[in-house]
Amino acid sequence: MTDAPLLEVEDLRVSFATPKGPVEVVKGLNLTLGREERLGIVGESGSGKSMTGRSILRLIRAPGKQTAKTLRFDGLDLMAQGTRQMRRIRGARISMIMQDPKFSLNPVMTIGHQIAEALQVHEKLPRRDLQARVIEMLNSVRLNDPERVAKMYPHEVSGGMGQRVMIAMMLIPRPQLLIADEPTSALDVSIQAQVLDLIEELVTGNGMGLILISHDLNLVARYCDRILVMNGGEVVEACTAPDLHKASHPYTKGLLAAQPRMQETRDELPVLDRSGGVRT
Amino acid sequence: MSNAAISLKDLDISYGDTKVVRDVSFDVATGESFALVGESGSGKSTVLKAIAGLAPDWTGEISVLGKPRGHGTDRTFSNTCQMVFQDPYASLHPRKTIDTVLSEPLAIHGIGQRSKKVVEMLSAVGLDQRFRFRFPHQLSGGQRQRVAIARALMLEPKVMLLDEPTSALDVSVQAEILNLLKRLRREQGLTYLMVTHNLPVVSFMCDRMAVMNKGRIVEIAPKTALYDGSFSDPYTLDLYAASGGNPDADPAVAAASDTKDP
Ligand SMILES: Nc1ncnc2c1ncn2[C@@H]1O[C@H](COP(=O)(O)OP(=O)(O)O)[C@@H](O)[C@H]1O
Ligand SMILES: Nc1ncnc2c1ncn2[C@@H]1O[C@H](COP(=O)(O)OP(=O)(O)O)[C@@H](O)[C@H]1O
Ligand SMILES: [Mg+2]
Ligand SMILES: [Mg+2]
Repeated sequence: MTDAPLLEVEDLRVSFATPKGPVEVVKGLNLTLGREERLGIVGESGSGKSMTGRSILRLIRAPGKQTAKTLRFDGLDLMAQGTRQMRRIRGARISMIMQDPKFSLNPVMTIGHQIAEALQVHEKLPRRDLQARVIEMLNSVRLNDPERVAKMYPHEVSGGMGQRVMIAMMLIPRPQLLIADEPTSALDVSIQAQVLDLIEELVTGNGMGLILISHDLNLVARYCDRILVMNGGEVVEACTAPDLHKASHPYTKGLLAAQPRMQETRDELPVLDRSGGVRT
Repeated sequence: MSNAAISLKDLDISYGDTKVVRDVSFDVATGESFALVGESGSGKSTVLKAIAGLAPDWTGEISVLGKPRGHGTDRTFSNTCQMVFQDPYASLHPRKTIDTVLSEPLAIHGIGQRSKKVVEMLSAVGLDQRFRFRFPHQLSGGQRQRVAIARALMLEPKVMLLDEPTSALDVSVQAEILNLLKRLRREQGLTYLMVTHNLPVVSFMCDRMAVMNKGRIVEIAPKTALYDGSFSDPYTLDLYAASGGNPDADPAVAAASDTKDP
């Protein structure tokens, strides 16, 4: 079984019922993720990145609907799992970090309590061991004074701290796959790098797979092994991170060219033609 | 400095009892594009608000085009200096058509030929005339930001205060808005003071930058410092490294930014 990929997705489709009939927002996506592999999904807003991430966890809510020819995680057919079985997989074996921790944390429960609860879903531990694991985890996401942070409520911590708490909560059950959907978009540049370095460090060497979703090409190139570029619900380009600059699809080339550079000398930025090409 | 479009001297700004900006002094030359960078909460927006009259609790000196600014709002002031905000969703009134949004500043100042000016401004910011009688929710984020820029330009100001004008936008839309701002500045001889957290945007748009940290300016540097990282303040060096720094030092980033223009 260990030779099989961690995740196999074939012909994934997500559609929404609208008054004008169903609209497909993910249109037959295929992907495979190896164990310990880090895959980046990049594209502009509305391209279907979050819907892809959520559908791996079977989290598409009505009126949305997902279908897939294959959705296999560690040999398990996710499409065949019931609601209760899926709930047991989420958090324990596959975790997801969302963009804004403020919406994902329970506002009326202390941080320590929430992390402990996340761990208990997966493992039954005596109270004292539980507390020790929580503190250890808060330590490993480099929160100073973990005992104090454990007693705090979500509104008492800054954005950067909140995102670290999220990471602690998502990683404490030691999932095999972490899906991070724009995990740092709400954070300052300097904190972004710290949070991503932390995710990278916790993922590598722990046998964990990572799917990093972002609109930022440089960021996925930096933190992933392979990249999928999405546009209009489809993967338009798949490449390894070092080969991103050799991208062949006009959309990818357009996105790369449209970004200002640190050593900028161009007078004008080339802009994307919405039909897929590039115009200036 | 006689040719300064904006001159700030020993500026301290407070909200109630809390002083959030201290000791800020710099001049922006007429026609210059000057960036204010730093992390959130460092006081960048507050500096712009004080210049625009939206943060009245300050001490020190503020002058715009040689005229000292008083505390509070000042109608003649809006003829010379206008502000554009980050969020194109929040900054436009949901129940006013684009036509109303653009005519209003003219009406308030008793300026005529409003219809003609609105039509001209829509084309100046690259918006099709069919958007004229639409409401903000019928426009995309990029289109709304064009409207916000158009509204700021209606009174033909000489100085524009831009607060993260592209942070809420996708890369390709950001490129369109940055091109637009650059062209307008060239065509209309505008002076820009622009807040951003994105150093490559500074490299594209600005001549100089001031770096803020915890309410103070820690460094003022020319844009060329971004080419080789020749900053002197440790905080600025951290920010530069976290932003991808010198791409030559990082193969992945170099790869991503090394693409030839198609
Ligand atoms: N409840 C919904 N009803 C209809 N369309 C939706 C709904 N939720 C999302 N969509 C559409 O699905 C598309 C993909 O969304 P998403 O995956 O969130 O994009 P991304 O994460 O790449 O920005 C978008 O065009 C969005 O408008
Ligand atoms: N209206 C306000 N009332 C009280 N405090 C404020 C207000 N606006 C901003 N602040 C505080 O002032 C400081 C500087 O904020 P701001 O100028 O918005 O920073 P930046 O634009 O650099 O992110 C922050 O600590 C912020 O919380
Ligand atoms: Mg998304
Ligand atoms: Mg601000």
